[in-house]
Amino acid sequence: MKVLVAVKRVLDHNVKVRVKSDHSDVDLTNIKMALNPFCEIAVEEAVRLKEAGIATEVVVMSIGPKAVQEQIRTALALGADRGIQIETDTMPESLSVAKLIAKVVEDERPSLIILGKQAIDSDNNQTGQMLAALTGMGQGTFASDVEIQDNEALVTREVDGGLQTVALRLPAIVTSDLRLNEPRYASLPNIMKAKKKPLDVKSAAELGIELRAHTELLKVEPPAERQGGIKVASVEELVDKLKNEAKVI
Amino acid sequence: MPEYKAPQRDMQFVLNEVLDVENHYQNLPGCDEATPDMVAAIMEEGAKFAERVLSPLNQVGDQQGCQFNDGQVTTPDGFKEAYQQFVEGGWPSLAHDPQWGGQGLPESLGILINEMVGTANWSWSMYPGLSHGAMNTLEAHGTDQQKQTYLTKLVSGEWTGTMCLTEPHCGTDLGMLRTKAEPQADGSYKVSGTKIFISAGEHDMADNIVHIVLARLPDAPEGTKGISLFIVPKFLPTADGGVGERNGVSCGSIEHKMGIHGNSTCVMNFDGATGFLIGPPNKGLNCMFTFMNTARLGTALQGLAHAEWGFQNSLTYAKERLQMRSLTGPKAPDRAADPIIVHPEVRKLLLTQKAIAEGGRALIYLSALQVDKAHMAEDPAERAEADGLLAFLTPIAKAFLTELGFESANHGLQVYGGHGYISEWGMEQNVRDSRISMLYEGTTQIQALDLLGRKVLMTQGEALKGFTKIVHKFCQAHSDEQPMQEFLEPLNKLNKEWGELTMKIGMKAMQNRDEVGAASVDYLMYSGYVTLAYLWARMAQVAQQKLAAGEGDTAFYQAKLTTARFYFQRLLPRTRSLVETMLSGADNLMALDEDHFQF
Repeated sequence: MKVLVAVKRVLDHNVKVRVKSDHSDVDLTNIKMALNPFCEIAVEEAVRLKEAGIATEVVVMSIGPKAVQEQIRTALALGADRGIQIETDTMPESLSVAKLIAKVVEDERPSLIILGKQAIDSDNNQTGQMLAALTGMGQGTFASDVEIQDNEALVTREVDGGLQTVALRLPAIVTSDLRLNEPRYASLPNIMKAKKKPLDVKSAAELGIELRAHTELLKVEPPAERQGGIKVASVEELVDKLKNEAKVI
Repeated sequence: MPEYKAPQRDMQFVLNEVLDVENHYQNLPGCDEATPDMVAAIMEEGAKFAERVLSPLNQVGDQQGCQFNDGQVTTPDGFKEAYQQFVEGGWPSLAHDPQWGGQGLPESLGILINEMVGTANWSWSMYPGLSHGAMNTLEAHGTDQQKQTYLTKLVSGEWTGTMCLTEPHCGTDLGMLRTKAEPQADGSYKVSGTKIFISAGEHDMADNIVHIVLARLPDAPEGTKGISLFIVPKFLPTADGGVGERNGVSCGSIEHKMGIHGNSTCVMNFDGATGFLIGPPNKGLNCMFTFMNTARLGTALQGLAHAEWGFQNSLTYAKERLQMRSLTGPKAPDRAADPIIVHPEVRKLLLTQKAIAEGGRALIYLSALQVDKAHMAEDPAERAEADGLLAFLTPIAKAFLTELGFESANHGLQVYGGHGYISEWGMEQNVRDSRISMLYEGTTQIQALDLLGRKVLMTQGEALKGFTKIVHKFCQAHSDEQPMQEFLEPLNKLNKEWGELTMKIGMKAMQNRDEVGAASVDYLMYSGYVTLAYLWARMAQVAQQKLAAGEGDTAFYQAKLTTARFYFQRLLPRTRSLVETMLSGADNLMALDEDHFQF
């Protein structure tokens, strides 16, 4: 069984985000970039399936400029077998991403596709769902547990009311939530081996997908700075302020 | 709780932008794997391990310490598990020969990892650190069979190693050592004696411990020329490489120390323990000295480690702690007081730590590249040159950086005010842990004698000239860069003065050898300040170049320049006082009669 994992390069979650002075976008110059944490969980799940003897091959793909190869290599160091980079000048938006992944799915014919539920930069949470619509496959989003039985994936989903388990006929799409697993540290020998693993580069045009923007970024603003707090003298004053100033009760 | 974040941006700056490590690795045979993306990936993963696994255990290690019970040592909670993860990550194998299971990466890359591991948790880092020393010794002097039996297990990390040198009556002066090794009919030896201060001598982290022991053969000549080197495993290996019978070596007790509580410092008793000779008989000390510079560099790193740890945490505190108002009017008017970072004297404490940590990083990496070249360069002349430069820089890096690492650790505590004295904040631990670095691997005083006596005067100043030439060339190469003058002028002057001072002391030493000893520590510290000035000038030069090119990251390069300026204006002038004291002669130290010290 082949597993395809699609990963995204995003700014490191430890980095303090800065906005460009003209408010046109987030400033990414010389910012430390990393594998999107949810994508890392997706890779880990695929590697565990391989270690359990369920998956036979783990293919990892990413979309973007050459720099995304770093994240593909990171995934290869975690245990994926080979990589595919779809080269684009900029980071396309979700629908284009879903269409590109759908093309790769057509070529690779994986039995399972695992994605992060969302990327921590744009927080859209829609690529997996769009991909399901485009491919007509079943989807198990916000997964906290994945079990493969015969020709089915039993996916435990974290939903508002608790946990829901769905059975999906393979091939299917799973998007990982935070509690699906705890990703491993790449070992030194695997980091070195990752460099020798195959990595194919294809362009979006080669796949016959035209990248189109459906939204326009108007302005990026940092959140308002936190105002200093005040001390209140009595419970009465607190209640009064909550009622009349903050207007929350 | 104190925290550590690996300063990867600065590490990359020194490696790539200042020292051009890409070019360095490409020119070394067998280092072609160490491409910039590979170095970055390894650094990134090492940083994760140091930050997430080791740093949280640093305080635990100090509070719990190692426990001794009837010959067994229990390490603090989490140490064993962290070591297991370190082994699973393949880290012990980094800089070792692929023939014995290593990854064959250059030693300098290992030092980079050691920086992060050691800063996050120095006590823990000593367990794999000592193994590394044992591995280097076996790799250079062991037989193939010894390598097969012991080295492969150390490289995989299944077993750990130690270096057993010190005895109760001899530390610095190894010529006095008494541990005996009696030859046996089967070619092995029976080793008997007591070793003390053996770091990682006994613990619960690995299946077996391989002791590398200095001892005397029955017919050995007196002094340092009669010392041989032996492997003494805790458990004798079985024919198939497993752990066999318990050998006659045991831990008698562990020391109660000022700091590094998480590391077990052991008394090791050898009672007719089976040992195996490594290298030629009576040449043990020579074999050991093959890696003395590398080992001392490992301790120099400790200076950087404590400066960095103190700096990072005291910086956070200085920005959060609200107390008093700035002398020039409130800087945070909407808050009860200003953060203490507004005060000049608090900034001095922070900038001193910053200048030492970043300058120290450059000095350690520069030395580490010499280790690579000394071992791997194709051209024997290049190897010899690197070895010479390393030999010269080692005592400076070891003594100067650990002295200033201790000073920095103290500054880190000082920023916290009274809270720095409270254990919870972790700053007093940093001071205590750093104190050992000026003692082991040769005290500051011994390093100073090594530098001035052995390295400088005994070579008729050749070793010094080799380095001052490098500094001179750098100053020449950038002499037409106007903005560099504020750094090059003082550096050039000091570089000349360095030679003149050496001549003056050399002349006095011809009349009285005590003049060497009397000038030595001041001379070493002076040498340290000038060496760091050279590296700060280099960093300032790169920063200026990048700013002029407008390639972005302006704030980073500006901060570099400002820190360089701080170093030149606030720390480098310490050389003035050192010149006066180093030239004040031996008389003010030797005149007092031994019996009159009490009055």
